[in-house]
Amino acid sequence: MYQGKYIIPGLIVFVALVLFPFVFNAGSAPFEVKLDLPKNASECIEAKEVMRARHMQILDEWRDKVVRQGIHVYENSKGQKFDISLTNTCMECHTDKAKFCDRCHTPVGVSPYCWDCHNLSPKQAGPIPPVSQEAGGH
Amino acid sequence: MKSNRRRFMKLAAVSALGLGAGRIGFLGDAPAAAMDIPSAADYNAPMEAKHWAMAIDTTRFNQELVDACAKACHTQHNVPTIPGKKGVKWFWGANFEESFPTEHGNFLPGDVEHRTYPLLCNQCEVPMCVRVCPTQATFKRADGIVMMDFHRCIGCRYCMAGCPFGARSFNFQDPRPFIKDFNPLFPTRTRGVVEKCNFCAELLALGKMPACVEASGGALIFGDLEDPESDIRKILRERFALRRKPDAGTGPSVYYLM
Repeated sequence: MYQGKYIIPGLIVFVALVLFPFVFNAGSAPFEVKLDLPKNASECIEAKEVMRARHMQILDEWRDKVVRQGIHVYENSKGQKFDISLTNTCMECHTDKAKFCDRCHTPVGVSPYCWDCHNLSPKQAGPIPPVSQEAGGH
Repeated sequence: MKSNRRRFMKLAAVSALGLGAGRIGFLGDAPAAAMDIPSAADYNAPMEAKHWAMAIDTTRFNQELVDACAKACHTQHNVPTIPGKKGVKWFWGANFEESFPTEHGNFLPGDVEHRTYPLLCNQCEVPMCVRVCPTQATFKRADGIVMMDFHRCIGCRYCMAGCPFGARSFNFQDPRPFIKDFNPLFPTRTRGVVEKCNFCAELLALGKMPACVEASGGALIFGDLEDPESDIRKILRERFALRRKPDAGTGPSVYYLM
């Protein structure tokens, strides 16, 4: 092979680098997220599976509905109605962002900038949100 | 028999008192902070119009009333109080010369010249800020309100250059440490976005009047400009009104009754 003495070791190094994360994590326990679920409610606005898969899209739709279209009420698949509000609806039940949102966002390296503006709770006492050291960025 | 009636009257009086006590709102009137968390049912009767507009009875305004309205507004919307050029304002006041520079007033009546005129976003019919916004973060709603989508604002400040009224403020820094009266139900802003008055769109959706209108004690008249029977159209028929900088061609929706 032309220049084989460079290409073969190079390929080996490349493959080793690519496979390193898989080999490194091979023995460790599967990724698991333990959330602090709200005490005051057993159901979210949609089923657990829907929320898990689509909460980010739902929040995007909510944002555009309120800000762009002036629609403030969300009707879920069961016909229940909710105020479209991150702070006043979501965070009224999920009272602690650090024990809910961050538990998944931080390990997977997602840092949404919701909280640069939105308050952590409709009962928050002051404008500066209580800082949690385990928060994922921002 | 007699004692029974007496007891009945007493009971009735006590219950009437109780009913009345529930309505004494002013005891807890730290305006927005005392507001309940809205539920879906609270949006059943929104305030709607084809063209929201405001008439300002300038004869009733002085610095104190401007301050009272500004406080109500700035509390509702978490507007920070920052001294100097980095300040953020939604509602403020100025003298005649500053408010109506195109009038070139000369030999004005003393009270007209020395009044404090409340200023806010004019919610223009042809808003310059909307025209220049490169991301459509500022847009005009069907009911005439010029709204901002802070999610989209990239902080280019074209709108601030475009607005003939200086009604827009830029967040040069994180505004949170400067918020005096905090309303947890309304978001704050972040560093790098522009903000302005939104005619209390969030309160209108709840069927409530804007915060400044509530705080003005009737000196601000808010209503539908397209409805000939609305309060604002009635008062505009009766009294002479100015609009700020009409030659800028933006068609302000805020009218100053002189």
